[in-house]
Formats: sequence, structure tokens, C-alpha cells
Amino acid sequence: MKITEKEVRYVADLANLRLTPEEIGRMVHDLDEILSHMDRLNEVDTTSVEPMAQVLYDAEETATLRADAERTPLSNQDALANAAVSGQGYYKVPRVIER
Amino acid sequence: MSIPVSTLTIPQIQDGLRNKQFSAVELAEAALHFAGEENPKTNAYLHLCHERALKQAHRVDEQLAQGADPGPLAGVPVAVKDVIVTKGVRTTCASRLLEHYIPPYDATAIQRLEAAGGVILGKTNCDEFAMGSSNENSAFGPVRNPVALDRVPGGSSGGSAAVVAQGTAVVSLGSDTGGSVRQPASFCGVVGVTPTYGRVSRYGLVAFASSLDHIGPFGRTVEDTATLLEVIAGRDPMDSTSADAPVPSYKAAMTGDLRGLRIGIPKEYFAGLAAETGNVIHAAIDKLRALGCEIQDVSMPNTEHAISTYYIICTAEASSNLARYDGVRYTTRSQEPGGLIDMYRNSRGEGFGPECKRRIMLGTYVLSHGYYDAYYLKAQRVRNLITQDFRKAFEQVDALVTPVSPFPAFKLGEKTADPLQMYLSDIYTITGSLAGIPCMSVPCGNTPDGLPVGMQILTRHFDEAGMFRVAHAFEQASR
Repeated sequence: MKITEKEVRYVADLANLRLTPEEIGRMVHDLDEILSHMDRLNEVDTTSVEPMAQVLYDAEETATLRADAERTPLSNQDALANAAVSGQGYYKVPRVIER
Repeated sequence: MSIPVSTLTIPQIQDGLRNKQFSAVELAEAALHFAGEENPKTNAYLHLCHERALKQAHRVDEQLAQGADPGPLAGVPVAVKDVIVTKGVRTTCASRLLEHYIPPYDATAIQRLEAAGGVILGKTNCDEFAMGSSNENSAFGPVRNPVALDRVPGGSSGGSAAVVAQGTAVVSLGSDTGGSVRQPASFCGVVGVTPTYGRVSRYGLVAFASSLDHIGPFGRTVEDTATLLEVIAGRDPMDSTSADAPVPSYKAAMTGDLRGLRIGIPKEYFAGLAAETGNVIHAAIDKLRALGCEIQDVSMPNTEHAISTYYIICTAEASSNLARYDGVRYTTRSQEPGGLIDMYRNSRGEGFGPECKRRIMLGTYVLSHGYYDAYYLKAQRVRNLITQDFRKAFEQVDALVTPVSPFPAFKLGEKTADPLQMYLSDIYTITGSLAGIPCMSVPCGNTPDGLPVGMQILTRHFDEAGMFRVAHAFEQASR
């Protein structure tokens, strides 16, 4: 087994994802199958191969810089328009600190 | 007169407007009416935006009346995948989580296509957050393939491919992370293009895997598809990965002449291919040879590792990108009682569908302590090797030709039980995505059952023009 039920519960907590008991069972099976397949990558010799985090092509060093000009930002009202719960110009969440 | 909305091309629309056969408003009304009538067959549109479409069509008519040029997409009915944000128009990513999300801004591609006169009819169905290869992962029901209604249209941009095939839009925008434009284009028998990474701004494309995401166009002809790409392409200060490279006239490249062009056939792309698909692809290669191309065998030895590489990188990036859906900022929050962390977990658990959960879990796992080097860093190194395979191949040839998918459109429900098998079907498209090179699917014939088969054409970074040259000449020779 590549992954146990305990590990699936641990990863779900890391991902802040509530899974039902049925979903956990299915996830153990699916991830185990997929990770076993992925293990074949170990057959590839990557000695002295650089990791590639981004698509690479020839460009000038400053290619990604834009002019540092003032722009009107999203208004507070627009930013909050899709909030699940808001009030007083803020997002509202369940109480975090108990008195 | 009635307007033949389902078969119109962009040049025909421009002629029709100029000769006053119809106005942009008449065309938009006819297209919206036709889309409304036909959509229940396929479920390809999630919602139509009548008001926005008619307002834009009015603007185009006014410009024409004043003798101004509204642009290369004047009056053209366009559909947009529902992962590209549209100001004031619901953008759901086919997810329950964003069912009520109304974006406060337009994506750069949307701004550009409307500035060129394009008329957005509506937003198209897709796999949830663009994760899938069959469009069966939509929270709002699957899309049916207009060519064969018991089959999938492909995914994840299944709706955007289907509307163009069905004739309920003239062109459309999709997004492609590992084949999500090309594979549905091949399943539905239309043209679909994944441009060079960075060619089209991702500003306003809801992020799935940032180092792999592309916006790409669909059309019924190579020329229409290239016209839409030309409009949306080019540097955008709002996306730091958008490339500052000149966008040439793609039409100028469509000479119809392929004599002396060197085309590589990578042998690794023909293992595991269904015979019915292989026969059509081999006939297409013969046609390219008859057009004067020099056909050469090439080898891409790292192809077999592409699936693992892709699914490690894309799920890792997805797990980070989807962390923002926390029940706070994007409309939907769980009603279960509990504190802040419970609220996060319940909102995400209730909101995401099974495939998104699987990818968030896989991505979180490969990035977690103790596995980062073994999976994520290893995959990034193999990604480099796969890219080098392409670099070496393009030293010998000008373009590569391969199948798009190992098989034609399959039946709804046929592959949903086994996620690994579904991932493995992406083998021919994900390599080009990992390298970030331009690739496209162009229809090249049908199986004996009448199902469309797409041929994939791949070229060097920023050589979309070379790709369109091949696709256009092939298309003309196939008529």
C-alpha cells in the first residue's frame, strides 16, 4: 500500500477538506492506484537535470516588468460583493478568539 | 430572411454586415434564439447572457452606421467557457462552490474580444474547475456530444467544443491545461488551439494549474479559430507570464503551400492507439506527404513519463490555487455549526465535487513534508527532460503530427469508475502542455462509426503561424 487511511485523514486535514467515511475509503483506493503508477518516475535518471517550475523560452530579463503606474483598485463594495457573509466593510467569519 | 446561424463563418458574417443582409442585432437575436432552442439537446451552455449580447450588437451596428470599423470579430457570436470571468455575468466554473459568483471584472481575453466587436452569447459548461477529460465532472450535469448524443464531448472544455459543433456559436473560448481544448475539439470534429504558454493573458482565467493553464479558441474553420486567437493574443501587464512577443498575421501564413516542410512523426504516440483512430491518422499523414511535406520519424523517449509528471505538477498547483475557496470570499459557506476551521472544512467538503477533491488530496500529498522531493521536484525535473525531447525534435523538423486522443468520443459513464484510466487517456496532449509549445487539433476524418478524429499539430514556441499553415493547407485539401 502506498497510502493508508490514517495518511488520507492527515492530508485531508492539511487541505482543510471534510471527507465523509465513504469518501475516505474511495480516496485510499484511488490515491493508492495513482501513486503506484507515479512511482515509475523513479526509473528516470534526472541526475544534473534542473527542475522546471515554469515554461522556458528566450526572453529579455525585464520581460515581466510593467510600468509602476497608479491604478484604481477594486472598491471595498465590489470586493465584498461576493462575500459569503460581510458587514461594516469586512468579511465576517465565525468567532476565532474566545474572551 | 432567416440567417443560417449554425453554419456561418467569420468572413461570411463580415460580408453579411457590410452588404446589409443582416444587422449585428438581428444576428445576435437569431443566434440567441437558436441557442435557446437547441441547447437542451446537449446542455452545452450553462447560461445565455441576452442583455450583454444585444448591448454589444447594438454598439457594433452603431459603429457600422457611422462608417467606423468595429473590428475583426464584428458581430461574431462567441461562447465563453465558464472558467473565464465576465463582469456582471455569473461565472461558476461548473462548481456548486461558485454557483452564485458574479465577477467584478472582465478577463483580458474578454475585454479584447469585445473590443474587436465580438458578441458574447453565453457561458459554456465544462468539468468542474476544468478538471476532467469528459465533461462528466460538471456540477450542472454532463454535456452531450452533438455528433452522437449518447457520447461525451470530451473535456474539460466540452461545452465550448459542443456549441461550435452544434452551431449555437460561431467560435468559442476554452481553457487548456493538459488537453482540455484539443481533446474536445477532436471528439466534436472542430478546430481547437492551445497557443504557446504566455501567448494569451491568463488574467481572469480562474486558476487551476498556473504553470500549465492556457486560454484557447475553438472554431469550425482554421481561419476563424486563428482570427479569434489573433484578437486575444499579446502581452498584458496584468499577467506577468504573458509574453512580450509580436503577434503576426496568422492569415498571411495560410498560403496553402506545404512543399518542403519537414514534419516529424514521434513513434511513441502510436503505441496504444485504437485501430479506428490510427487508420484515420495514417491517412492524414499520407495526405500531408501528398501535399509535399517531408515526413520523418522522430523519437520522444520521455513521453511515457508524461502522465505521472503532469498529474503531479497539475494537482500540486491546483491544491494551492483552490485553497482560496474557503467559505469566506466566494459566496458559498457551509451552514454546519462550528468554529473557523470547521467552517473552512465543511464549506470545501460540501462545495467541491469528487474529482476536485481527488486532485486537491493528491496535490496536497505530493507537496507535503517528506514527499516534496520524491514527487514534486522529481516531476519538475522530468518536465525539463520532456521539454528537451521537443527541443531536439525541432532541430530536425518544423512541426510534429500526432493523434490527439487514443480513441474517439466514448459513451457517457463508460470511463467514470476508474480515474487512473481517465488520466491515462490524456497521454498525447499533456506533453505539449508541459513544454508550453503551441498545439492544435484539426479534424482529419471519421471512424467507420462516424465519430470525428482530430490530428494534433505541434510547433516551436511562438510559431502558431507555422502550425496554422499546416492546418489550413490540410483543411483545404480535405474539402
